[in-house]
Amino acid sequence: MNKHESQSEALLQQEFAIQGGDFVNAGESSCKIRNTLREIGIDSDIIRRIAIAAYEAEMNVVMYAERGVMRVDVYREKILLTIDDKGPGIERIDLAMQPGYSTATEEMREMGFGAGMGLPNMKKNADTFKITSEVGKGTRLEIRILLDGKND
Amino acid sequence: MTIPQLKELLKAELISEHGAGDTDIRFAKASDLMSDVLAFSQPVSERNTLLITGLTNKQVVRTCEIAGVAAIAFVRGKNPSSETIELARQCNIPLLATKLKMFEACGILYTNGIECASPHNDE
Repeated sequence: MNKHESQSEALLQQEFAIQGGDFVNAGESSCKIRNTLREIGIDSDIIRRIAIAAYEAEMNVVMYAERGVMRVDVYREKILLTIDDKGPGIERIDLAMQPGYSTATEEMREMGFGAGMGLPNMKKNADTFKITSEVGKGTRLEIRILLDGKND
Repeated sequence: MTIPQLKELLKAELISEHGAGDTDIRFAKASDLMSDVLAFSQPVSERNTLLITGLTNKQVVRTCEIAGVAAIAFVRGKNPSSETIELARQCNIPLLATKLKMFEACGILYTNGIECASPHNDE
């Protein structure tokens, strides 16, 4: 978190635990985030972008990690989405960011996921996107979406 | 286009009607890849969009809820599980099921004025 963010106060915070391998409930947390943002009157296109980024991130935790935590912080001028997971980590982030690159199993693909679009799609929907990963430990994603417009 | 009109055109069965009443379908997308449904999601058209798919797991409904897609038509005679139907009911996403193949379903809807939800753009 940078200086500016720690100074301004979050209007709303939510945190969700995500269980790796839990395909049945996968996506529930993202839907809850979507509903909360709707209730507080966030613009529908912003909600769509956040929900898509959250859902892709949640699916990644379910598909690849042991467990994770997804957190949303709503500020007056932006929304921050942070996903921290304990898992295998990503060895080559440059490859993982390439559309179509995937290490998904057949099971994941049968569910309609694992096509190597997750990370690029999160980035596309974000105003800023930061990924850090340590092999054998886990991955952290920081997605920021500004509330005063922008993005294509 | 209303859900009953879609049902008729696609020779479909309405397997979940929650949310069907106020749905007006003007666009459609056809995919078995949920990643692509998300990746090609468009800002304005989604709430008037139908997803045509042969996948029937719960994640299909989740994907539609996340992307704001209004209704789902399952093709190739695939029938979703009761869990999928229950989730769709909770999310107010009406479900249709038809024996038509995806290509046939697309062709019929296209001929009847339904447009592509995320048209190709050369620019």
